[in-house]
Amino acid sequence: MGQTLAEKILSEKSGAPVAAGDIAIASIDLAFVQDTTGPLTLRLFKDAGFTGVSDPARTVLFMDHAAPSPQRQLSTDHVFMREFGAEYGCVVSDVGDGVCHQIVAETYARPGDIAVGADSHSVTAGALGAFGTGMGSSDVAVAMALGKNWFRVPETLQVWLTGAFSRRVMSKDLVLNLIGRIGADGATYMALEFGGPGVATMSVPDRLVVSNMAVEAGAKVGLWPSDERTREYLEAMGRVDNYRPLAADADASYSRIVEIALDALQPEVSCPHTVDNVRHASELGDVRVQQVFIGTCTNGRVEDLQVVADMMKGRHTAAGTRLLVAPASRAVLLEAIEKGLITTLVEAGALILPPGCAACLGVHQGILGDGETCLSTANRNFKGRMGNPEGFVYLASPATAAATALRGVITDPREID
Amino acid sequence: MAKDSMRGKAIIAGDDVSTDDIIPGRFAHLRSNLPELSTHAFEDRIPGFAGRVNAGDVLVGGRNFGLGSSREHAPVVIKMSGVGAILAKSVARIFYRNAINQGLPVLVCDTDGISEGDDLEIRLTEGIVVNHSTGDSLNCGKMPSLMSDILAAGGLVPYIREHGSLDAGD
Repeated sequence: MGQTLAEKILSEKSGAPVAAGDIAIASIDLAFVQDTTGPLTLRLFKDAGFTGVSDPARTVLFMDHAAPSPQRQLSTDHVFMREFGAEYGCVVSDVGDGVCHQIVAETYARPGDIAVGADSHSVTAGALGAFGTGMGSSDVAVAMALGKNWFRVPETLQVWLTGAFSRRVMSKDLVLNLIGRIGADGATYMALEFGGPGVATMSVPDRLVVSNMAVEAGAKVGLWPSDERTREYLEAMGRVDNYRPLAADADASYSRIVEIALDALQPEVSCPHTVDNVRHASELGDVRVQQVFIGTCTNGRVEDLQVVADMMKGRHTAAGTRLLVAPASRAVLLEAIEKGLITTLVEAGALILPPGCAACLGVHQGILGDGETCLSTANRNFKGRMGNPEGFVYLASPATAAATALRGVITDPREID
Repeated sequence: MAKDSMRGKAIIAGDDVSTDDIIPGRFAHLRSNLPELSTHAFEDRIPGFAGRVNAGDVLVGGRNFGLGSSREHAPVVIKMSGVGAILAKSVARIFYRNAINQGLPVLVCDTDGISEGDDLEIRLTEGIVVNHSTGDSLNCGKMPSLMSDILAAGGLVPYIREHGSLDAGD
């Protein structure tokens, strides 16, 4: 019997062939925390009596969720993280560097790796063929110290893709459509793996969006094969030597197969207050929006800002609608400046936030007022997510976000020239 | 250390309880002050929660309990509030593992027949919940032995302190 990508990676990293349902103790290639889960992780690390980090160069402490910190307690958490980093020799990614998952994609994740982060969106690295998964603080503390942890080998739901996206339809629409179809618990405990002729039509930045939201269907990992598009991305990141081809075996066993024709997709919107409450943008009616937020580990890349800038060039945000843009990393911000995208966006009325998680999780930089509605390119719309349980969050693609910023109501981006 | 048998009253939490319901992101600045953080548990979802839990009460969810973020603070504040165990029809993966790692038992069973205030007895080793208010007995199945060992040790960090590693043969 052939192996899925998840079985293949967990077999390689545990040193023995494993199959869905087995428990594997596997070596870990990258362990990281961020500033809202990190302090607990580092305290648990010390409580456990660990005296050192297994691989300091591949143990990263990111400050992105409160960047820069809006409160003294969070500033003090940052102090603690920097001190821990200095004491144990780990890498510190400080305020302003960007969102952990974007930097993991740019710098660290390699096909075939196991990468664990104390953040649920650590699944993002699956776009590079890495077994990226989110864990809690205790588990990441163990991974940091021992260089390994235990994993239940997941069953796999395969998503079989055909065709290519049509105009103004983006990979965000693919993943929202998938989650709407299978539900927020449709892949709980499972791996999502992507296959089919549509895979080659999608770049790594496209794939990152989909892997990022795998956890919103409950999945443990969202794995793409490592192929020519992966090599192309790693080359652009200046680390082509990290490339290796990786794919599931043709006779691998899947619990379920979901087929999606990319050319049949249309712009989708996830409505409050659950991610699987998905409707077509064209069918939403008149939803007035006070804030549009473009950024995050889901959709804060240059490719996203390019789409938005192309749609907004020479135009302006609607009266009564503010547009917040947070590039996902320092590298994204620099490239967006060089390409003139930031100038275009600022001229169109956007407010540029520093690289980081920004408004996504309700800590700072764009907390909603009572009764306000935000259309966001992020990955979660739970009640209270953007800092106010009396606020409403809709999730959509950067193209839909741009169209909505221009009109002030949620708008199908295909309506904009 | 988690007790093998426990008894408490049911507190109903419902379907799709997210980690933002359990402890909203806007309290991120309190995460290094767990006693204060725990006073905000379920603030937007179950009014008065932090003050009304009696030690050993059982939190009863429906579908997809604990979906969302990896914040281990979620099971931490539930445990600090006095809850002795969680029952749900299904549990999000990271939350499930985090709860066990904090020594907080989570059992998966059909919770539809449980009402607020029901008198529940949980037998961990047998994987059985007895609802003394209705007379129902619910089967929860068994968890992998490594997980039940971690739970028995009171969580992952106590387990590591006890064993020195993840597996005895290490």
